[in-house]
Amino acid sequence: MIEEKDVEHIAELADIGMERSELAEFTAQFNEILDYFGVLDQAWTEASSEVEEYNIFRDDEPAGSLSQEDVLANAKETEDGFFRAPRVM
Amino acid sequence: MTGGVFHFRPDDRYHAFITCCEEAAYGGGHLSGIPVAVKDNISTKGIMTTCASAILWGYVPPYNAYVVDRLKSEGAAIVGKTNMDEFGMGTTTENSAFGPTLNPIDTGRVPGGSSGGSAAAVAAGMVRMALGTDTGGSIRCPAAFCGIVGLKPTYGRVSRYGLIAYANSLEQIGPMAANVSDVNLLMSIITGHDPRDSTSYDQPYHHVPDPDIHGLRVGVPEEFFGKGVDPRVASVVWDAISRMENQGAEIISCRMPSMSAALAAYYVTCTSEASSNLARFDGVRYGPGADPKKQWHEAFQERRREGFGKEVRRRILLGTFALSSGYYGKYYAKAQTARQEVRDDFRRLFREVDVLAGPTMPTIAFKLGEKTDPLSMYLSDVLTVPANLAGVPAISVPCGTSEGMPVGLQIMGRWFEDERVVDAAFAFEQGGAS
Repeated sequence: MIEEKDVEHIAELADIGMERSELAEFTAQFNEILDYFGVLDQAWTEASSEVEEYNIFRDDEPAGSLSQEDVLANAKETEDGFFRAPRVM
Repeated sequence: MTGGVFHFRPDDRYHAFITCCEEAAYGGGHLSGIPVAVKDNISTKGIMTTCASAILWGYVPPYNAYVVDRLKSEGAAIVGKTNMDEFGMGTTTENSAFGPTLNPIDTGRVPGGSSGGSAAAVAAGMVRMALGTDTGGSIRCPAAFCGIVGLKPTYGRVSRYGLIAYANSLEQIGPMAANVSDVNLLMSIITGHDPRDSTSYDQPYHHVPDPDIHGLRVGVPEEFFGKGVDPRVASVVWDAISRMENQGAEIISCRMPSMSAALAAYYVTCTSEASSNLARFDGVRYGPGADPKKQWHEAFQERRREGFGKEVRRRILLGTFALSSGYYGKYYAKAQTARQEVRDDFRRLFREVDVLAGPTMPTIAFKLGEKTDPLSMYLSDVLTVPANLAGVPAISVPCGTSEGMPVGLQIMGRWFEDERVVDAAFAFEQGGAS
């Protein structure tokens, strides 16, 4: 059972922003959905077949990219050719 | 004629579009002058692309998605960007920041989702064809609800370059149109190898649909007619399947036990991937901006709370939770096991049958505002998510009506046998649809 403080904590981790007034609704829906996810516990008791995964690498070849102007075009705040972000500290 | 300008000033009474391009330039090629609509999560250079989210309002991509370059190089007139559930998260197109799209067959009902705008634009005759994207049914569901044809290609067959990601391991761009021939034509344009998508597979699609299905082995998993499937819809689809039998197909009953956990596996996987993918929307590089005078987390939380709708925030929260320390093994890891079981079921069944058939959706289109509870909305995806979990091709083709609303027949095929799925749908459309 997930409590309101858990949802608040996850919202903090995800930087999603959460109003106090929304917590009860989100928590109730969360529990209903997680309860449904419980089917994952019951369904597969025997070991599933494993598929080995492997990576395929491409050659590291330099290629063109967008111009600095294009990349910055959608930003609200820029400075000297950089994005301007909120303060880190 | 090799080029010109397509004038597009439609009466958009169903709110199919977020952005209309009143003067759409086009060139020569296989789609010369044909109006094509593009879902608003596919990047179009110089045309606003919002994913139906307030957080991307005003974003104008500096580059085209691979599929958009392909459309343009074949002469298509890109006439607008279609409405959708925000970031593709929904089954009704009601989760759009810009208001719902209405179903052209009955404006009191939803068009399905998340590619609801694309489906409505085609169904209303505003465009001849449209691109949608399908993460868990988002092409097939609105195709079924609006009475058109929609194909989710094999994973890897169509480049995702320029598709604004929601759940990378599940989603594909695919064609939507009023008939199988146009779906086939659009599919032939958008496929091809693209080195900018590391999952792109080099297998072009050049196909002339063949309506002969004599000897085609059609598996019908009983789970596709199980709990939650409206008996009236089931009956329309059974009729359709028996018409395929009359056309010479061999109908084979089968079972797909992995269906019991497929939906949960899907929602754990897609929300987990979404929580990572949507972390990039912080207002800094695009969107409404984040106050540079504020602290990092405070500014982002404020921006994301205002910019994302409730369903998007709910899925980011669920995914963050499923991946968080202490819960990863309980949710994400188990979901991947269940996903493997779905793949294994398809692999086993496709040794005995050539395609699988069943309903696309368990019901007809919902009434506007009918689905308010998130879980009951999720449950309506139960028949479409298996194809995404496994990556197999799946098409929805109209097969009749229930209560006056269209019902879709879903046909799924082996990996990279999109052609066979199209053939089966074509045969049904040509010979069995009436």
